[in-house]
Amino acid sequence: MRVPAAFEPAGKPPRTRGRFALRFWSVRHARLLEAIYAGFERGLVRLAPWFGRIGWGRIERPVAAIERIAKGALFDCRMCGACILSSTGMSCPMNCPKNLRNGPCGGVRGNGNCEVYPEMPCVWVEAWNGSRTMRAGDRIGEVQPPVDHRLKGMSSWLRVAREKSLAAGQGAASLAQPRR
Amino acid sequence: MIGPHPDDFGPDPAAPLPDLPGHSSRGRLERVLRRGEFAVTAELNPPDSADPDEVYQHVKAFEGWVDGINATDGSGAHCHMSSVAICALLTRVGFSVVLQISCRDHNRIAIQGNVLGASALGVANVLCLTGDGVQCGDHPEAKPVFDLDSISLLQTVRRMRDEKQFLSGRKITAPPRLFLGAAENPFAPPYNYRPLRLAKKIAAGAQFIQTQYCFDLPLFERFMARVRDLGLDRKCFILAGVGPLASARTARWMRANVAGVHIPDEIIARLEGAKDQKAEGKAICIEMIQRLRAIQGVAGVHVMAYRQEEFVSEIVHSSGVLEGRTPWRRDFIAPAVPVEQLQAL
Repeated sequence: MRVPAAFEPAGKPPRTRGRFALRFWSVRHARLLEAIYAGFERGLVRLAPWFGRIGWGRIERPVAAIERIAKGALFDCRMCGACILSSTGMSCPMNCPKNLRNGPCGGVRGNGNCEVYPEMPCVWVEAWNGSRTMRAGDRIGEVQPPVDHRLKGMSSWLRVAREKSLAAGQGAASLAQPRR
Repeated sequence: MIGPHPDDFGPDPAAPLPDLPGHSSRGRLERVLRRGEFAVTAELNPPDSADPDEVYQHVKAFEGWVDGINATDGSGAHCHMSSVAICALLTRVGFSVVLQISCRDHNRIAIQGNVLGASALGVANVLCLTGDGVQCGDHPEAKPVFDLDSISLLQTVRRMRDEKQFLSGRKITAPPRLFLGAAENPFAPPYNYRPLRLAKKIAAGAQFIQTQYCFDLPLFERFMARVRDLGLDRKCFILAGVGPLASARTARWMRANVAGVHIPDEIIARLEGAKDQKAEGKAICIEMIQRLRAIQGVAGVHVMAYRQEEFVSEIVHSSGVLEGRTPWRRDFIAPAVPVEQLQAL
């Protein structure tokens, strides 16, 4: 029997190469997903006034539920609420057992697998490969700030739509968000 | 023997050194590196004990041979005396120490508090690490923290130092004066990403780098060539990691069980073919130091001689990288202080 690591994410065993997982497909098709995502984001920003009229708080839960299902299937998304998939080759960094958001640790095995789960391909080896196929792949070199754990479980789609529409509508100066 | 450099002395060995322009810390390691001297640092084996004498015993092997002593922070996810405590014991008598902070065991609140405390205790150098996973240590059942990662940790400490504020934005009245370090492992995949990751660490604030054990020179040379192309060797000081292998068996064990250690088959074959494996291990280490010294962009070496600390002086001496220079020792007497300075004290 496999002894689980302490940080086993609830309900999801680590993915292995042996069995097909949509997560690996997504990384292989990072460029396609990047294009789809860019279009989707433009749509969300356009819809932002409507969201505002209905009330951001009121749509938070249903949208987060849809996001959890869609991104959960495609990326094994952990709903950190601060999505950076487009900077990480469409490989979700929250699947790294150390939750590294800025690149691989020094423990990656010679075969490209994880130090903690010997059978799982390193999230960041995948991320590097995915980023090489993307148009904006060099965003993998951007320094990511520490994650805000208060956002866990919240929709990052809505957060992006709100922030971008605010920035576009009233200029970046009025982006006085309480966080960070 | 080249005598001690006058910059390496302050009025009191236990106190930080006087300020120097262009230096972010008041420690000796930064001065040695900025003077362009080939620096040597070493890793101290932390005691499993509450007895301070054990720390002082262990450090004797390094005295007069190294410019910085790394106090590990639960290396390999094993429990030992804490890094801050070891640093505090050593700075009391004047040693130049490198505080290691791993993100595995502390969250951002604990880390920032520790950084202030360590600086108050005279620590001038900090090595920001992610840390090994808990699964490889003696407490695999522990809760891993990983609130920050090595790069956001660098950013955090730099912000405390340069912007005088915590991550929250709250003001710090007296900022920590620190020389910031990070680790890099050029010997783990994705190999092409490693130099870019180094660039990221430098962008986040790293001023010196200590690498993982270097046994595969061609791989390291490829890494350094890319680093030089990106101009990174001029933005930070790179200290290559080295260490003696006790035997072919140890080498095999390390390769299989220590995360991130890459030892090529040739090295193991060479150890196996030797009559005295321990001596051969030292010879390989000395050779490696000399060859690393010749690589452009390498500013020093970091010696990790786990359980072989007694050989560090011999290895450093035989490699000749100090070129007759003697790093600070407790018995060194500070050069005469000019009267004006005495009056100022």
